[in-house]
Amino acid sequence: MTTVDPTNTTHVDPNAVSLTINGKSVSARKGDLIIAAADKANEFIPRFCYHPRMAPAGMCRQCLVEVEGPRGPMMVVSCMTPVAEGQVVRTETEQVKKAQEGVLELLLANHPLDCPVCDKGGECPLQDQAFSHGPGESRYVEEKRHYEKPIAISDNVFLDRERCILCDRCTRFADEVAGDALISFTSRGNNTQVMTFPDEPFSSYFSGNTVQICPVGALTAKPYRFKARPWDLDQVESTCTTCSVGCRTVVQSSRDELVRYQGVDIDPVNWGWLCDKGRFNFEAINSEDRLSTPYLKDAHGNHVATTWSSALETAARMIRTSLATSPESVAIIGGARGTNEDAFAWAQLADAIGVDQRDAQLADGLPAEVFSLAQATIDEAMAAQTIILLAPDLKEELPVLHLRIRDVAQKRKAKVVEITSRPTGLTPSAWKSVMVEPGKAASTIRAGLDQSILKQIGSGTVSVVVGRMNLAESAESVVLALAEILHVAPQAKVLPVLRRGNVRGAITAGLTPQRGAADTAEILALAAAGKIDTLVLLGSDPLSDVPDADLARRGLAGARNIISIDTFMTPSTSQADVVLPAAAYGEKNGTTTNLEGRISNIAQKITPAGTARPDWMIAVELASALGKDLGLGSVEDVTAKLAKTVAQFAPAADTKALRHDGVVMNRLTPITLNRAEAPANDRNSYDYRIVSFRKLYDSGISTAKSPSLVTLAIGATVVVHPLDLDRIGVQAGAHVQVIGEKATVVLPVSTSEDVLRGTAWLPFNQPGNDAREMFDVNATVVDVRIEKLS
Amino acid sequence: MSSYPHAPGFVAGDRPKVVTSRFEYTDSFTIDRYLATDGYTAIRKALSKPAAEVHDEVKGATVLGRGGAGFPAGTKWGLTPQNVWPRYLVVNGDESEPGTYKDRLLMERDPHQLIEGCLIACYAAGLSQCFLYIRGEMALAQERVATALNEAYAAGYVGKNVLGSKFSVDIVLHWGAGAYVVGEETALIESLEGNRGMPRLKPPFFPAANGLYGQPTIVNNVETLANLPWLINNGVEAYTAIGTKTSPGTRMVAVSGHVKRPGVYEIINGITTFRDLLYGEEFCGGIRNGNSLKAFVPGGGSAPWFTPDQLDLPFEASQVGPAGSMLGSGAIMVMDETTDIPAAALTLTHFYAHESCGKCTPCREGGTWLERILTRVVNGTGTDADLQQLIEVGTSICPGDFPHASNEALGLAAVPFPYKMTTICFVGPSAYAPIHSALTLFRSEFEARVTKRITIPVTAVGVAQ
Repeated sequence: MTTVDPTNTTHVDPNAVSLTINGKSVSARKGDLIIAAADKANEFIPRFCYHPRMAPAGMCRQCLVEVEGPRGPMMVVSCMTPVAEGQVVRTETEQVKKAQEGVLELLLANHPLDCPVCDKGGECPLQDQAFSHGPGESRYVEEKRHYEKPIAISDNVFLDRERCILCDRCTRFADEVAGDALISFTSRGNNTQVMTFPDEPFSSYFSGNTVQICPVGALTAKPYRFKARPWDLDQVESTCTTCSVGCRTVVQSSRDELVRYQGVDIDPVNWGWLCDKGRFNFEAINSEDRLSTPYLKDAHGNHVATTWSSALETAARMIRTSLATSPESVAIIGGARGTNEDAFAWAQLADAIGVDQRDAQLADGLPAEVFSLAQATIDEAMAAQTIILLAPDLKEELPVLHLRIRDVAQKRKAKVVEITSRPTGLTPSAWKSVMVEPGKAASTIRAGLDQSILKQIGSGTVSVVVGRMNLAESAESVVLALAEILHVAPQAKVLPVLRRGNVRGAITAGLTPQRGAADTAEILALAAAGKIDTLVLLGSDPLSDVPDADLARRGLAGARNIISIDTFMTPSTSQADVVLPAAAYGEKNGTTTNLEGRISNIAQKITPAGTARPDWMIAVELASALGKDLGLGSVEDVTAKLAKTVAQFAPAADTKALRHDGVVMNRLTPITLNRAEAPANDRNSYDYRIVSFRKLYDSGISTAKSPSLVTLAIGATVVVHPLDLDRIGVQAGAHVQVIGEKATVVLPVSTSEDVLRGTAWLPFNQPGNDAREMFDVNATVVDVRIEKLS
Repeated sequence: MSSYPHAPGFVAGDRPKVVTSRFEYTDSFTIDRYLATDGYTAIRKALSKPAAEVHDEVKGATVLGRGGAGFPAGTKWGLTPQNVWPRYLVVNGDESEPGTYKDRLLMERDPHQLIEGCLIACYAAGLSQCFLYIRGEMALAQERVATALNEAYAAGYVGKNVLGSKFSVDIVLHWGAGAYVVGEETALIESLEGNRGMPRLKPPFFPAANGLYGQPTIVNNVETLANLPWLINNGVEAYTAIGTKTSPGTRMVAVSGHVKRPGVYEIINGITTFRDLLYGEEFCGGIRNGNSLKAFVPGGGSAPWFTPDQLDLPFEASQVGPAGSMLGSGAIMVMDETTDIPAAALTLTHFYAHESCGKCTPCREGGTWLERILTRVVNGTGTDADLQQLIEVGTSICPGDFPHASNEALGLAAVPFPYKMTTICFVGPSAYAPIHSALTLFRSEFEARVTKRITIPVTAVGVAQ
């Protein structure tokens, strides 16, 4: 076996290229651009259109440098010229300086100097580089270009064409990265402008990124416009917990109020991008509706504000009384919205008082055994030759993961095979899309996939992205299908895509049924049967999230006492006997775990609303009220104890590593899934089988309480194939009755060619009549009839 | 079909005719006439030989590209990577350089010659498909080429198994939408792909390696391809016997402006001089009304200008370049003594500013800025500082010395072609070229137009001494 000795300098990287930049010798890799090599060597070259995560355009011409050529020095743009062995680059000669000053003067020629009222002023690349590389003053005395000052190109993004320097960053992003080519150049020459297509807004889930990468103040976002000046901002680096992708962000505040999130570029996760929901939902944290004080329910069923001591005392009394009956009369649902520390402290409390019935998932996840399969990180999953998607529409549920997969698919680095019941945002990029009727994924794969797919799977590395592709279909159904995939691709690594922010961290930290105890669906069923005395809702809202509205309702009604720890008065919280206000994202320190098991820090930026406290602290205090000492005095204590207690969290002991890229948790010893015959799930041809998954914008708190996002939820609806609509005999837009076994729900109907015939697509948890009334957690699939209103 | 009058100025004569041999017939564009005058014999001859041999003939004849850059076609064909399929021929029929209209005539008057040229090129260079891109405004050329292509398909010259051989090729017609910049090969490829016509940067987008749809692509000018049937029929020796060693063959030039007989002429490469062309009786026959020549543009609107000092230069790139200009697209624009030089420069600058695609900052912003300053000067409201400003803006587009012709009277030495530029393509520098030439050679005409800046003495406004 040969090993490479790093101290052995004779080892030569065949792709290494050495060049000199301003006399400094620089090593780069073949294919690197001069501007990137210069960045690494700390030789700054001014730029506007160049963005390391997008294909170079060579548009602004600001990064001109001199390269020694056979016929003397040549002027080249460093953002499009690759490095070459022995290349001699000069970035500061008189000629270069003159060219760069010339370009900057030209860029400023038509740029309105309205910096004092421009949001970008103070953090503006044009402003900064005009100072560092500009000519100092302009000789342009003509009238500048005039356009109507900002026009709304979408609900949240405004475009000021006067400020625009036509760098092609936003348009390239929309086309290349997001795949929503809804903005483009129109007109020509001096009249060139960025514009949407007529009557088609820039309604991309990723539109906020264009605002972040705009090198001037041409694009601004409604939630931040005129809120603060950059020099007033205070910021910390953190990790977004809106979904489980775990994008790295900076959280910025002004006067103790969150005003903006910006994406941070880390290689393993988000590459600097954020989705609009993750970017703009700080508005919810600033909401007037936040819970800021504890409440107790009085004899008339009204919530009355109280003190922490009386609220904790009441909660402790309830738990103590219940424990006296049996530890099985206490249950905890939730925890996936908090930090690892929050989850761990609550798991410690549950351990201390012997409560095994705890579940961070709300009957909408996957069994924890998916974490015991051979795991892939996002990078590992993307590096596979074949990526199999057995997942919901990732564009809706985990938008930045969607961007990562789209990237490899578009660049043909991997072949994407999706198995789905409805075309997704990745269908246009997928190599093969296998359409399956709900409930039939496992039997379809078992019956044999297309030969070309099997050949592709058999020929190399495979990753499987697995999640609940349909919330009206049972988790078992997905696990059976996964077992079939792993049977034909035993080498495959799995990337579980559970949606809720810290679901993986919460489960791993111990908020998962212990010793075969009841999970959320079973807890609710027990509660409905009067067997749960005290139900703790840890940042969870079963009434909105459990895909069986009836079960959730009966469960909450049947529990004698409900203790809710939450940030808002949600439907479930309003039924609670004790309400404890929790600190939200940006109001607490700690760590979080993303879907691949990456642990990274989240940071406090502002003081919590009112007297709200972090969940872990509530656990500690409740434990002390119950006479237990968890031995946890600070969030650092909790992290340290977590790293020491839970083997998978051991890497978190290195707290420095948790910043920026984070660390991946230790893996479990892989198990194999057993295959089993899936139920036939045959369907009456008069019925429609329900496909349901979440849209990015739904009735969830972070959308509903963010004024900029709340209008973007599409509302409850039922979508069928156009031919099926004819069969129902109504026009699109009419209301129909969707008749399930458990309930009948009246919904507006619309059509889409994307919906398979015989299926009905219902977005999950949207404002309006609730489709979940028809769902049944115990059923594999849900079939309904759709009829005209009588 | 109605007959089409000869282009004004076209003169039948005894000079060698490589591409205009059929122009004397009024039905030159029909397949019958083409077949009656050796049409489609060259492709038959080519197909009887191995492709490499045909390629070598074209290389040996040094057929220079007639689009502007003058790069030898045979060498260009050799730049494509081997064994990468598909690979394309794109015919640049988007002739739109101000003053240029030679390709239009070739397409209108002898479309079959072009089609045969395409076939030979595809066979020799091993290209699997041909795209013929014709400028949007050339309605008659579009009609004639389309008709000719239908005839050629019907007769089995184009399509599957050309003339029963194993060689198959399809020719696809595409009409442009009328953007000047699309004459630039990479912008033409973008346009052909259905995108905005904006140039791509070379590298990495050298069409020969990474062109249409990312495949190896040869982009050739119409006239270049029209040369091939004659070359194959008559052989390399006959071809190189015309013209000089470095510039063999003939060349189509389009003359416009103040001459007695403007029009398109097929002249002898490397030998015919500008004086022959402008004053020769068989060509333009001298300056109109017996006026004297003031200046001329030797190679399309973007070329630096010449004055009578350069009249004796031949049509030879290796001589015109060092003299400070270029042969470009073969368009000669003649200005006599009555010409208002600043206004003439403005006309050209306006064109290039208007035709900027908007991609590169210096062209997008600089072109319009130049136009605005020059408009002021022409209108008589400019200042002498504006003249300096014109040069300053030009320097931002083309850093370093800009080429210009020598001038004895002014004691100017020539600055050789080419220039450095901060833009991707030549549209930006082209907006500045006429201004630079005009300002360098005829500065006094500008100075007569501008208002001298008055310096107000400090004491006059009562500021303390």
